[in-house]
Amino acid sequence: MSISPIERVAEATPRSVVRRVKGLSDRAVAWIFVAPTIALLLAINIFPLIWTVWLSFTNFRVNRPNREAEFVGSRNYERILTDSDIWGTMQATAHFVFWTIVFQVLIGFTLAYLINKKFRGSDLWTTVIVLPMMLSPAVVGNFWTFLYQPQIGLFNYVIGFLTGADPSGFSMIGEVALAPWAIVIVDTWMWTPFVMLICLAGLRSIPESIYEAAECDRASKWRQFWTITIPMVLPFLMLAVLFRGIENFKMFDLVVQLTGGGPGSTTELTSINLKREAFEKWNTGFASAYAVILFVTIFGLASIYVKALNKVKER
Amino acid sequence: MRMKTKTLYSVAAAGLTACLAVSAPANADELTLCWAAWDPANALVELSKDFEQQSGHTMKFEFVPWPNFADRMLNELNSGGQLCDLMIGDSQWIGGSAESGHYVKLNDFFEKEGITMDDFIPATVTGYSEWPKGTPNYWALPAFGDVVGWTYRKDWFDKPEVQAEFKEKYGRDLAAPETLAELKEIAEFFQGREIDGRKVYGAAIYTERGSEGITMGVTNVLYNYGFQYENPDKPYELDGFVNSEGAVKGLEFYKELYDCCTPPGSSDWYMSENIDAYKSGQVALQMNFAFIWPGVEADPNVGGGKSGYFANPKGPDGHFAQLGGQGISVVSYSDKQDAALEYIKWFAQPEVQQKWWQSGGYSALKAVVEDPGFASSQPYAQTFLDSMAIVKDFWAEPAYASLLLAMQDRVHDYVVAGNGTAQEALDGLAEDWAEIFEDEGKY
Repeated sequence: MSISPIERVAEATPRSVVRRVKGLSDRAVAWIFVAPTIALLLAINIFPLIWTVWLSFTNFRVNRPNREAEFVGSRNYERILTDSDIWGTMQATAHFVFWTIVFQVLIGFTLAYLINKKFRGSDLWTTVIVLPMMLSPAVVGNFWTFLYQPQIGLFNYVIGFLTGADPSGFSMIGEVALAPWAIVIVDTWMWTPFVMLICLAGLRSIPESIYEAAECDRASKWRQFWTITIPMVLPFLMLAVLFRGIENFKMFDLVVQLTGGGPGSTTELTSINLKREAFEKWNTGFASAYAVILFVTIFGLASIYVKALNKVKER
Repeated sequence: MRMKTKTLYSVAAAGLTACLAVSAPANADELTLCWAAWDPANALVELSKDFEQQSGHTMKFEFVPWPNFADRMLNELNSGGQLCDLMIGDSQWIGGSAESGHYVKLNDFFEKEGITMDDFIPATVTGYSEWPKGTPNYWALPAFGDVVGWTYRKDWFDKPEVQAEFKEKYGRDLAAPETLAELKEIAEFFQGREIDGRKVYGAAIYTERGSEGITMGVTNVLYNYGFQYENPDKPYELDGFVNSEGAVKGLEFYKELYDCCTPPGSSDWYMSENIDAYKSGQVALQMNFAFIWPGVEADPNVGGGKSGYFANPKGPDGHFAQLGGQGISVVSYSDKQDAALEYIKWFAQPEVQQKWWQSGGYSALKAVVEDPGFASSQPYAQTFLDSMAIVKDFWAEPAYASLLLAMQDRVHDYVVAGNGTAQEALDGLAEDWAEIFEDEGKY
């Protein structure tokens, strides 16, 4: 008769250890299992967070190890909150997040609605539409830089063709008025498929019987759309908005590749500005305060949003 | 058969001899040299093969493209990394690297090996080796002399119809400009013109905002309009020097040049974009560091006499050009410092420096550049000499990165984005710099 590996381990365990383990409460055993994870979390998440908060009150510079860091109180926070350039980056970020979400939700939902009406080749179209989000943001940034090129870019050529304007007469990424929209267009092109997929999942989760019942009640298509489709897809849409909102709030690579934050500081988003402070100017203390403010902002906004999302789901 | 055996023995013997001749000494090291990824770096790889043969050490190279060079390498130095044994770091890094202990001080080594800084072009010693500036404390050997200068389409300038039209419009012959005002006229003249059936533009100038581009460009005008980094009599006094009346005019000039005479979309251009625009026949004039000139000469579209070179033109208040280039340093965290110093000793030799110049590197050794044959050795050699005689460099303070990025932001915001006035931009810059120096404890 063969014995299982667990029984073999049990046999090999010294009696003193067995006695000690048997004497432990369930709570103690649970702590033994959870403790390594908690230790790891403390080491790689909580400690750096506390350390960042401490650094935010100093003038520490990581590239000047020989210089003593001084405690500067709330000076870093005061500078950030009164710096018009930083408020400018916040505005640029808000503009980018708002418009990308608006466009991505509108276009993504429309595409999902159309794809959901099964038609010949709809699966192929789904695959084609989803392609952009599979590319690397750096590649997409480079690719669109060429498309936006005034002399040889396809984008300018098409706009010129449609409007009669001189294609080399304007630069999407070189002009203050156009650059913010240039990055919104690229992000929308790249990430609308993601919103579309989430909406598609939502649309396909609606039972057909609800529409059949509505048909029996002689509800119009328009009425069905507003009273069945939209409310049932709303939690999915809100989830998509949450994901895209968080992603775009920390957007970095695509914009760096496209405009580098320019022209001037027009497209310098908060994440780019923070990176410049932390790893180009090496203002570690200042950048820590900056990171703390952003953390609190995102955490606060996300908490409010998740509460709202839960309420919608409960309805 | 006998013949075959004999041949075999001979080959084996020759092979053994060759192996013994080049076999590495017992203390042979593998040295890693870190630099930017650009044409001169490739020339250095070739040149270093001689060092490998002579010393028995092997050379490894870590090259990073310019836009990421400072980020990558300063991270390496700041973290005390041992990736690099030798670093050809940018001239602005000297202050920070010396004070933070990243580089080995080379005074004793130079003295022991008989290497004297008097043998190098003075501007390169000040720019690449000294910290504090003006003191005999050396942290690098001048490795690559570089300076911002101009390239122009000589073949376009030489066209009779173009010459005639220019003379009629401006009353003088179309030739390499001597003043910034003349340069702008030429750029304006070519802007939007059709040459050989293609629309061309005036000038490719530096406008890049992310790293150091627009600063390296605009200073070529600012210096010549009277901009100074500080009061020459009172260090770190900025007001009235950074934002002097002349400096404001200089900044306005750069913006006018950008607005009137650059290709559309050139809002974030630096070295490589300017090279591309020039080589592809988009622009008549190109501002760029001298390192690109060998590549221009070798290019089938613009080389072989089609291009001319001139030093940065003078302005109303001076004649200067922005210094580029780098020195070579031994990284203090390297555990192969002796071998790294051997490399520097080898590199400082006049015959190696001569070969360095011939292979596309810009030597800063006087013995090379003052040689009677130097000026005529390449079409751009005289321009290089003229330019190196008028150089000025950006701050090399330990806080140079903050100083640089503040200038990048202020200047780009005015020149490219068109926000505010030149006076506001330079007043703001003086305030930013004062704040940085205050944090540094300079006041």
